[in-house]
Amino acid sequence: MAYLDHAATTPMLPEAIEAMTAQLRLTGNASSLHAAGRRARRTVEEARETLAEALGARPSEVVLTSGGTEADNLAVKGLYWARRAADPARTRVLASPVEHHAVLDAVHWLAEHEGANVEYLPVDAYGRVAPEALRAAVERDPGDVALATVMWANNEIGTILPIGELAEVAAEFRIPLHSDAVQAFGQTELDFGASGLAAMTVSSHKIGGPYGIGALLLGREYTPVPVLHGGGQERQVRSGTLDVPAVAAFAVAGRLAAERREEFAREVGALRDQLVAAVRDAVPDAVLGGDPDHRLPANAHFSFPGCEGDSLLLLLDAQGIECSTGSACTAGVAQPSHVLLATGSDPELARGTLRFSLGHTSTRADVEAVAKAIGPAVARARSAGLS
Amino acid sequence: MTQNSQHTRPLRVLAAMSGGVDSAVAAARAAEAGHDVTGVHLALSANPQSFRTGARGCCTIEDSRDARRAADVIGIPFYVWDLAERFREDVVEDFVAEYEAGRTPNPCLRCNEKIKFAALLDKALALGFDAVCTGHYATVVTAPDGSRELHRASDMAKDQSYVLGVLDERQLAHAMFPLGDTLTTKDEIRAEAERRGLAVAKKPDSHDICFIADGDTQGFLANRLGGPAEGDILDESGTKLGTHDGAFGFTIGQRKGLRIGHPAADGKPRYVLDISPVDNTVTVGPAAALDVTALTALKPRWCGTAPAGPGGYTAQLRAHGDETPVTAELTDGTLHVRFDEPVRGVAPGQAIVLYDGTRVVGSATIATTRRRTDALAAG
Repeated sequence: MAYLDHAATTPMLPEAIEAMTAQLRLTGNASSLHAAGRRARRTVEEARETLAEALGARPSEVVLTSGGTEADNLAVKGLYWARRAADPARTRVLASPVEHHAVLDAVHWLAEHEGANVEYLPVDAYGRVAPEALRAAVERDPGDVALATVMWANNEIGTILPIGELAEVAAEFRIPLHSDAVQAFGQTELDFGASGLAAMTVSSHKIGGPYGIGALLLGREYTPVPVLHGGGQERQVRSGTLDVPAVAAFAVAGRLAAERREEFAREVGALRDQLVAAVRDAVPDAVLGGDPDHRLPANAHFSFPGCEGDSLLLLLDAQGIECSTGSACTAGVAQPSHVLLATGSDPELARGTLRFSLGHTSTRADVEAVAKAIGPAVARARSAGLS
Repeated sequence: MTQNSQHTRPLRVLAAMSGGVDSAVAAARAAEAGHDVTGVHLALSANPQSFRTGARGCCTIEDSRDARRAADVIGIPFYVWDLAERFREDVVEDFVAEYEAGRTPNPCLRCNEKIKFAALLDKALALGFDAVCTGHYATVVTAPDGSRELHRASDMAKDQSYVLGVLDERQLAHAMFPLGDTLTTKDEIRAEAERRGLAVAKKPDSHDICFIADGDTQGFLANRLGGPAEGDILDESGTKLGTHDGAFGFTIGQRKGLRIGHPAADGKPRYVLDISPVDNTVTVGPAAALDVTALTALKPRWCGTAPAGPGGYTAQLRAHGDETPVTAELTDGTLHVRFDEPVRGVAPGQAIVLYDGTRVVGSATIATTRRRTDALAAG
């Protein structure tokens, strides 16, 4: 088996499993006042401190959520509502068109139901938003911008966006900038405090922690309107009993992601480079997606002219190679990727894409399996053509 | 001479799984027979978001999920393939165009011809599969000379060879119908699904046209063909008897819903005899005028070699119709068919499928009919 879909989810780290299972044996609601509750609360707060340290934030800036999607929704909708409540003129939302659906659909929902005026920022062929493009969009009317949202690194094509520079522009106009950093965590340096961001999304299961837990890093001066109402457990902006075992394990994975980041980038990056070279060797007309220089070390994205991505996926799956077409799914149906379309890719070419994403368990053997299988698979998928 | 004997060697099989009980049991039987089976659900709807009550069709998220759960239980890989564009072009648009031209098409036949055993089969073969497996009730037999023959299912009551009558020998060579050669009732298939742990065991049968979600064919056509346009209802002599809301909404042989004010001279019920979309008229007349004695049919497709010279066959004219003896002859690509006894309810656009005993000889699309009442006029 060659598991090359770590960007979808990556195996849990043994240390995280250890932390989680240890907590599963214990009882305690972190909101309870007795000893068991205090113990749970202590575990949560230590985890929060660990995560804050791993991400260059203060502990109070870590708002725990059920995952990346919830954090994105809280940031986008919550900041929109809060900013509009403070000044009804603020209804413009600036977003990159290459965002994950958790951001894109939330923004779209605001336009449909909350009167938001959504403006998609231009991107280059690699999916990068230029700081000047953000500046030009804001300057058209700085007073009516509710927020801007631009992802740190793209989940499909692996491009890293210039978040620091974008945040400088946003700060100049005192506009909150949110960034979905789900794919960036553990692969490129994330320092929330230094970034100048108002809010930043991270997720546990992409870094070797459990599913169902994530966080919104949220600057202390921001109070988004809650999406989930209830007990107000997380800074009154997020309600719900905290999942203590998951929180503890997320913190372990987060600490290790930060500690091992450089080593990961070096080692997994070298494997990724071998994989890219092997695919180009076997299929000379394969097109590498995303920025060749500013990209996630674990991501390799290709378009194969004349192929259906789903044909390739089936053929590789049958040989134990697990990867993704890198696009959104509806009822399991592959749709042309909005990311590739936004970067100006030919729609025909965009149908034949594969995303290989490596991770902490990837080996040389995984790369060799792809090197061996990809040529014949592409030849066969080409003979099946585009339906 | 049985279906099983031709597949002693394990094949790489692509099982088309609609989410219904038949295709699930078919896939399970193929896997149990030792074949290397992969399940595929065809997404055929342009709007895959649609959920539908009862889930009778073949293109909803719920059906896709049911198919996936069946594949899980059988223990085979499962994928969803998007053939919505091909389906729209080759089946839905064809259906609309046929109605617009005053004909009565059968979209299931077209889907088998153009989608399941063309687009899907071609893709499957290119990807290295040997056969496509479906839940149809029909039998593929290898003749002594090695050629493939399509026969009726062992259980005539469930036979679906009619909707497969468009398959040629090459398509048949790669078709697998694991349900066709067993004498089992639908209840037994459901019991088998239950025994195999397939949750679709209790799912209602699909019956109507899968791409018309609410079963309202007339509404669908009215929507597609620009809404109702009032036209005249005429008798055989051309006298106006009333008006209608669009000729495409009628079927030849239809009796109800004509809304003709005054009764016929002889007091007997009147039936739709002809639909003329060009001048938007519907002609009605007595039951006897429905009697068809002969027809011509175009675009013949043969399950083996084309018949030479006139021959005696039996013919089936609709999916659940009886068979009737005919003499058929092919001249210059047109099939000429004479019925031994007149038949009713024959409409241009329908498929005629010819049988030699249980063997499917071929099919063609009905172009013109000759009625007993026009025998003299038409010669």
